[in-house]
Amino acid sequence: MLKDKDRIFTNLYGDDSFDLNSSIKRGDWKDIKEITNKGKDWIIDQIKKSELRGRGGAGFPTGVKWSFAPKEVKEGRPHYLVINADESEPGTCKDRDIIRYEPQKLIEGCLIASYAVSANTCYVYIRGEYVNEGKILQQAIDQAYEKGYLGKNAAGTGWDLDMYIHFGAGAYICGEETALLESLEGNKGQPRLKPPFPALVGLYGCPTIVNNVETVAVVPTILRRGADWFASFGRPKNRGTKIFCISGNVNNPCNVEEEMSIPLKDLIEKHAGGVTGGWDNLQAVIPGGSSMPLLPKRVCETILMDFDSLIEAKSGLGTAGIVVIDKSQDIVKCISRIARFYKHESCGQCTPCREGSGWMWRMLERIGRGEADIEEIDMLMDVTKQIEGHTICAFGEGSSWPVQGLLRHFRKEMEEKCNA
Amino acid sequence: MSGKHIAKEQPKSFIFSEINLKKKDEILKKYPEQRKKSAVMPLLYLAQKQNDGWIPLAGIQYIADLLEVPYIKVFEVATFYTMYNLAPVGKYFVQVCTTTPCMIRGSGKIVDMCKKYISEKEGHLSEDKKSSWIEVECLGACVNAPMIQINDDYYEDLDEQSAKKIFQSFNDDSLPSIGSQKGRKGSEPIRDRLTLIKN
Repeated sequence: MLKDKDRIFTNLYGDDSFDLNSSIKRGDWKDIKEITNKGKDWIIDQIKKSELRGRGGAGFPTGVKWSFAPKEVKEGRPHYLVINADESEPGTCKDRDIIRYEPQKLIEGCLIASYAVSANTCYVYIRGEYVNEGKILQQAIDQAYEKGYLGKNAAGTGWDLDMYIHFGAGAYICGEETALLESLEGNKGQPRLKPPFPALVGLYGCPTIVNNVETVAVVPTILRRGADWFASFGRPKNRGTKIFCISGNVNNPCNVEEEMSIPLKDLIEKHAGGVTGGWDNLQAVIPGGSSMPLLPKRVCETILMDFDSLIEAKSGLGTAGIVVIDKSQDIVKCISRIARFYKHESCGQCTPCREGSGWMWRMLERIGRGEADIEEIDMLMDVTKQIEGHTICAFGEGSSWPVQGLLRHFRKEMEEKCNA
Repeated sequence: MSGKHIAKEQPKSFIFSEINLKKKDEILKKYPEQRKKSAVMPLLYLAQKQNDGWIPLAGIQYIADLLEVPYIKVFEVATFYTMYNLAPVGKYFVQVCTTTPCMIRGSGKIVDMCKKYISEKEGHLSEDKKSSWIEVECLGACVNAPMIQINDDYYEDLDEQSAKKIFQSFNDDSLPSIGSQKGRKGSEPIRDRLTLIKN
């Protein structure tokens, strides 16, 4: 188990105040000037060495992403840093805690990241429902301005940074980075075709780096404690610490910061107080937010929680939102509800996703009610394959993978519900 | 993407109050001068807040005029995002999360209670016209499931007893304090906490 002294988010549970002075006492903003004095290349190099991978779901190496920003800022094409705080993946509630209890870590991370990618403006796109969290973040930003940590020559670093909050309005798709940028420009949140990637053509057509809240909030600590320290946790290419959200049928649902590559069973049994009714009552686990295919109990016994281990098990770490499902639940209904979520949240731009997400939901409902014929199970798999890979953004995969996971591991249960 | 209920009875006109006009100016400062369309979403929120929780079509026209964009560009934003209400809602607007993490911890019971204590039909005002409820997708508080949002506030770690208390409190406007109804501060384990323990 990770030791408390190696936890980055020491105020994850809000034991202490979020205000600036308390944050400084906890170590935030320490030596910020010395860090930026080492230069952009040093910062990007350190983040590369730390092997930090994006915490928003895709797991792209953060240092590499930053290095995509053009080296020089061209006249009339300012760079932007955009923070993705549109946390909406079912099972995930980690960024909320960073925003309400550790906002200065995010703000300090934004200053460092903005400097590294040559941005003087940073927008935080926060989901609309997080009204109170947004208020706290605004207070934290105001405090940082008062103290001179934002604005002209922010924190004495010589870098100018203005930071603004933009509220979303209840659209899951805006967590997709190009949909988020569309939304920030005042449009419907419909994803853009890539390339061009936002690093070159992003917000208002200008170079834009989009990072998740957790990704940016861990940056100051990595630079202070060293890339080697961060990379000493987890397996190769899966380094560092990570906030895991453990929800569903456990005795003590909670968020916890742990070492990457920790066994799933440890998270559930130690931190979350175990599966309701005991480990043997476990049916399945969704390991990385609703888009990631579920794992049956057999796999949960030994699986390690990191990007590569979960890909091997035909699932994914995603946002590390772990949803535990015990044997009292109807597994078809659980996934059918996820399918309904995707049907509701499809932006409607691509036909396979717009129509297919509804098909999957309706078929799962029919199977759940025992009204489907057995042939429809193969037909359902076919529908998922028609969606996956045929859409502008990864929503197509996100909506079809959970259904594929159900088909892969619970086919027998589905067949039993069907007419022969 | 989902269908939107648009009120049949619409006020003829809408303008921002003086306070909100000042707020509008503050909002516009966040975005580059030639990009004021970015203010569509925050201005829709402002209109919704001013008009008791819903946006009249006249408000959409008003914002379009303010930002010098076509009406349809504001209308499509107002209909795309679920948080903009285009028909009246109750003074207490209850949003029940029923996505899988909440579902498996009993959000179905909370929905039943909404039907009993607020209105049989989703999206309809209660008899005393004070409250309304809808089902929503994941509100991002999964480790505190089941949970609901009432106006701006989250009420988490619900069970039938605490939900009943909340719904009954609408009568005399005495809502309990927000957050966990089981005494948790945030997302720490409710018992047997192993981490971040101060010596």
